[in-house]
Amino acid sequence: MIRRIVLAAAILTAGLTGARADTSQGGSEITDQITSFSLDNGMQVVVVEDHRVPVVQHMVWYRAGSADEPIGQSGVAHFLEHLLFKATDKLAAGELSATVAANGGRDNAFTSYDYTAYFQRVAADRLELMMQMESDRMVNIRLTEEDIVTEREVILEERNQRTDNNPRALFGEQLNAAQYLNHRYGQPIIGWRHEMEELDMADALSFYGTYYAPNNAILVVSGDVDPQEVKRLAEVYYGAIPANPELPLVRQRSKEPPQTAERRLTYKDPRVAQPYLQRSYLAPERDAGAQEKAAALYLLSEILGGGTTSYLANALQFDQQVAVYTGVFYSGTSLDDTSFDFLVVPAQGVSLEEAEDALDASVAQFLEEGVDQEQLDRIKLQLRASEVYARDNAEGIANRYGRALSSGLSIEDVQAWPQILQSITGDEIIAAAQETLRPQSSVTGYLMRQEEAE
Amino acid sequence: MMRFKTMMVALCAWILLGALPGRAEINIQEVTSPGGIKAWLVEDHSIPFTALELRFRGGTSLDAPGKRGATYLMAGLLEEGSGEMQAQEYARALEKLAASFGYDADRDSLSISAQFLSENRDDAMALLHQTLHQPRFDQDALDRVRAQVLAGLRSDLKDPNEIAGRAFAKMAYGDHPYGSPGKGTIDSVSDLSRQDMFDAYEAIFARDRLYVSAVGDISPAELGALLDQLLGDLNEAGAPLPGPANVAIEGGVSIVDYDTPQSVALFGHVGITRDDPRFFAAYIMNQILGGGSFESRLMTEVREKRGLTYGVYAYLYPQDLASVYLGQLGSANEKMAEAVEVIQSEWQRLAGEGVTEKELADAKTYLTGAYPLRFDGNGRIASILVSMQMDRLPIDYVKTRNDHINAVTLEEINRVASEILLPEQLHFVVVGRPEGLRESN
Repeated sequence: MIRRIVLAAAILTAGLTGARADTSQGGSEITDQITSFSLDNGMQVVVVEDHRVPVVQHMVWYRAGSADEPIGQSGVAHFLEHLLFKATDKLAAGELSATVAANGGRDNAFTSYDYTAYFQRVAADRLELMMQMESDRMVNIRLTEEDIVTEREVILEERNQRTDNNPRALFGEQLNAAQYLNHRYGQPIIGWRHEMEELDMADALSFYGTYYAPNNAILVVSGDVDPQEVKRLAEVYYGAIPANPELPLVRQRSKEPPQTAERRLTYKDPRVAQPYLQRSYLAPERDAGAQEKAAALYLLSEILGGGTTSYLANALQFDQQVAVYTGVFYSGTSLDDTSFDFLVVPAQGVSLEEAEDALDASVAQFLEEGVDQEQLDRIKLQLRASEVYARDNAEGIANRYGRALSSGLSIEDVQAWPQILQSITGDEIIAAAQETLRPQSSVTGYLMRQEEAE
Repeated sequence: MMRFKTMMVALCAWILLGALPGRAEINIQEVTSPGGIKAWLVEDHSIPFTALELRFRGGTSLDAPGKRGATYLMAGLLEEGSGEMQAQEYARALEKLAASFGYDADRDSLSISAQFLSENRDDAMALLHQTLHQPRFDQDALDRVRAQVLAGLRSDLKDPNEIAGRAFAKMAYGDHPYGSPGKGTIDSVSDLSRQDMFDAYEAIFARDRLYVSAVGDISPAELGALLDQLLGDLNEAGAPLPGPANVAIEGGVSIVDYDTPQSVALFGHVGITRDDPRFFAAYIMNQILGGGSFESRLMTEVREKRGLTYGVYAYLYPQDLASVYLGQLGSANEKMAEAVEVIQSEWQRLAGEGVTEKELADAKTYLTGAYPLRFDGNGRIASILVSMQMDRLPIDYVKTRNDHINAVTLEEINRVASEILLPEQLHFVVVGRPEGLRESN
């Protein structure tokens, strides 16, 4: 279970029974490290200061990901991400990365459903050079047919490596496709193979022309930097690029219709060694100015699945011993409806049906019993402490802001989130659970060995 | 979804800047506790927590004969109860402290990575002391964690990367502990008993193989007192380490048939030790051939020019008991044969022709510039400091490391390339159904 690192807020000092860490002497807070502003062309800028080492991370996040792709072109957002390392008007193919390396830095990029981001990590006095090159490729890429052909082979090998060689990934892809009836979150970020094979230069350039513009981008600079200097440089390099007037005013996404039918699927593969079941529910995400329900769901995921002391670990692993592993996952940072997921790996000799029954019975019992206040207090205490630990990782803070701001949230939302988590009551968590864990909006998947099914 | 990419090297004047800082600005001090335990410390009071790293040399290689997987399973049981606390009670106690203790065991060491707040440091260290000195190894916890390890082992048997790693290790190290997985086998783990856990515990937790570092909000005096309280009552000596492994790798290709669309290859031959005088030259040479950056020759030839893979890497792999030079890649079944050919020819080309002055200069700039970037975060730094001690590097190494890199000459790197790259000994273990690739040795 990945524990979310939350960003700082005022520390609640209300009495917490039995808590031996009160985290009330944390000193300065993350919000003190944050400066934000916007350029005249609409580009948003966030600076995260950390002066312990003379290093900077420079990131540009575009509010464009795989869920923004046109129908029939799944994978084009990620394909374009690869192609941004080719030539521009000023740089030869690969020259940006070579230059970063020649300056002792590292660079890379990543694509998700709601965003695409590019970053370099380098000595702090190289920030200007990074901005010079990153701003250049925001609008000046020059592709050749050979780039398209070779890089398409590379992304197909990437799909081989990540997905086609891995039955768990193939299962997840099917599960996700079943979860969304109409929304593009049902398409894999890397793309469906048959559509990836057809991606061409026009597809890539069309996506680029629409979405790669300062008014659709967020600059996040973290590390040993002065916010005033960042502002000056950003105005020089990014401020010179005109906004794209053609950028859609709202991100056009097809909405989910009411989900009224429980879905079930079984994926069989001879490469499966360890069968397991996964259950996902369509779930609300963090919305700007209204994050309470998402906060309740996040706490629910921790209560049910946050390690050894969690409700499901206790019930299924310790008490009934029907599972070797239980996990609960919820990621609320998303532009549109996300999912709330359960994963159960049954013990030897326990069938997937038995494990599923045990899961359902345990969740039902939890909803009946309500939240154990002591457990909730422990989780909230750890969340407060995680604010202290989070300050050790400026890049982690930078990522939180980049991801949130490209997923429809504001800086205020990011900064309010920890306090909202602390404010949620057990009753609110149960209410959010009852609202979200509806069979009609669920998908239950079994990952099975091929021979087992035959 | 991360992108690995590569590119052709071209440098343009408009982006050239001055000299790099090239030095990590961390101040490492050696602390010796009143009781004589040594640790390396980076004191930094800007955030009120400390990262403490403990490492015990020997790792899974200390498994007694017939007890493969004992050390690994024992490490997994450390967080499953100690003193009067059973597993869940222990976990709740740790949660109340908002501290984290992580455990890992590999071929050469068992590591404990702790992070704890300043405000309850004493309580956190009391719990870690209890963890280290009063493990319970309850039978029910043993059975529960064993089932998790077995589930992992069953998955490993169907994972092409794991299959390749096991086949390569078996070939290279034979019956030495390095030749089999430290997690054990389904048979060996199934047979492990509670007594085996106590035996594995006694074998590794001892002063004679302990390495310690701390980074964060703690003074030398506080650390000294902490070390004695936490570690002072460890046994003086643990089990003897096994002898070195004899590395037996012959050139060629072996294929493990596995029905999956992308073949996975692990390749390599004998390598050099960390204290070999040629290490820095070899390290730079590998950076040029197959290092992590996207500019390496292998990435350029296999990915950028031919689109045969998403990623291909090579790395020096010096270990305590054997040193090898390894590489890996994944490539579609219909492309793997060509990828293998390209790699063989790049190995040959570098051994025969060496690198260019420009490649050497670029690699030095990259390596010296990138070095400070790794010192990011208390936990990361603590881990690096312990590794340095285990590698027997001097405490001022961080300050001199880039000088060693810069001192390597073209003549030296090319001589070293001809000595340590052994194209005729390069062996590929390929898992998949690679078309047109034939086994040979």
